[in-house]
Amino acid sequence: MSRSPRATSSIASAASAVWPPVVFGIVFLAAWQAAVRVLDLKPYFLAPPSEIWSEFVQNASFIWAAASVSGANALVGLLVGTTLGVSMAFVLARFNVVNKMLTPLAVALNAVPIFVLVAVFNNMFSITSEVPRRLMVTLVVYFIVLVNVARGLRQVDPTQLDLMRSYAAGDVVVLRKLRVPNAVPYLFTALTIAAPASVITAFVSEYFGGSQNGLGSRIVSNIAISSNATAWAYVFAACLLGLAFYLVSVSLERVATPGGAGRRRGDGA
Amino acid sequence: MSVDAVEVRGVSKVFNAGRPDSVDALVDIDLTIEPGSFVSLIGPSGCGKSTLLRLIANLLEPTTGDVLVNGKPASRARLDQDYGMAFQQAGLFDWRSVAKNVELPLELKGWSKADRRARALEMLHLVKLDEFAEHLPWQLSGGMQQRVAIARALASHPPLLLMDEPFGALDEMTREHMQGELLRICGETSSTVVFVTHSIPEAVYLSTQVVVMSPRPGRITGRIGVGLGRDRDEATREAADFFATITEVREALRGLPGPADIAQGVEDR
Repeated sequence: MSRSPRATSSIASAASAVWPPVVFGIVFLAAWQAAVRVLDLKPYFLAPPSEIWSEFVQNASFIWAAASVSGANALVGLLVGTTLGVSMAFVLARFNVVNKMLTPLAVALNAVPIFVLVAVFNNMFSITSEVPRRLMVTLVVYFIVLVNVARGLRQVDPTQLDLMRSYAAGDVVVLRKLRVPNAVPYLFTALTIAAPASVITAFVSEYFGGSQNGLGSRIVSNIAISSNATAWAYVFAACLLGLAFYLVSVSLERVATPGGAGRRRGDGA
Repeated sequence: MSVDAVEVRGVSKVFNAGRPDSVDALVDIDLTIEPGSFVSLIGPSGCGKSTLLRLIANLLEPTTGDVLVNGKPASRARLDQDYGMAFQQAGLFDWRSVAKNVELPLELKGWSKADRRARALEMLHLVKLDEFAEHLPWQLSGGMQQRVAIARALASHPPLLLMDEPFGALDEMTREHMQGELLRICGETSSTVVFVTHSIPEAVYLSTQVVVMSPRPGRITGRIGVGLGRDRDEATREAADFFATITEVREALRGLPGPADIAQGVEDR
């Protein structure tokens, strides 16, 4: 019974968080539409939202097919990269030497647009293969997950380590009872970064050759033949796909770490 | 014949021995603590009082000398979990409920689920947190978190309780309340306590004996018996004996060799 006021207020606060961007979005689209009409902008310069929307509806089945290809590449890379990243994080946490060799490299690679490597991967596999793109996504995700999870396994509260020692706990018990649970929020934080990055990498990978089947290559090919509104419709779909990956990862984080930021602070309510 | 709860014989501790930055933390420490007593270690910051406590807990090894706990070497006592420990930080595992935090030492000892749950609830009753068993640590105030940490330290009914400034991070009101609670709990469990603090009134209010230490290199420079009897309450804080003992401890701290303002690191509150 004490739930209902809380639920009402959380709906109210969600609504108050949602309406400003929604209103802004509507005003922005209206201004865009009006600008195209009033300034008489040519379609090859800027297509109006109404036309983009009708292209989106007309091409829905093609867009869906392209989104499935890009989405599958991103998802496969995300899953494989996360698995490899988590596994390697355990090796890093166990062997300090490996950690000292790999962590600076992983951090440096995070700052470099390594997805251009897909051009090299394309040479290694057949021209119609999706493997180079998936490999690229895997690599990007791998480093993000590796760095964060390794940090979670290592950065344990010294008081908690002392406590485990006072319980005569060995390394394996400390890993199971302390380091792994400590690293869980780090994993989900990594996923909220890695999920959108996987979609971006999947799109950009398509710019470097291979099959013309994903959202990224459709955008390029439609711009090449000056079907501007169609290209915009694919861009719109790309935004939706990126958003979907992000929202799923954020929801997973919410579910997996109840209390959210409050947990990390470690202070009282 | 009763065995001493703690016996420290000719202990010294040098950090970074043999290196240019070596520090003599403790020199010639002899200390005997009888079962059932409440002994405070007091001294200015950097006098090695926490180091001494960590030697007793076998979280550190002495450079020379022996530490016996319950008549056994400290390392054996740690493996047998002969003591419970509480730190300045509560150090609760924030992914575990309050009850599961209290259960942790019992879990590592291999207690059955039902047994450890029953003991955890018993301990939470002792620290008056019955209704918070299923809460997560971050939902509790700092003082409540510290009470959970004390319940956890006492969960396996250890004969010895080692406390390293457990109330140091609490405000004055909470702190005095917690001191009263600790005396009540110790009375009910008849534990021996070694308590590190830098507050003179706290040391006097809680202890049967106050051990005064000098700064680097840390030595024991005085032992002051507190003749306030076992039953202490809020009135004790206003008793003439209480103030007389505080003065005695303060003078012992002032009488230390070295800089005249040596007692500055010690709080008068």
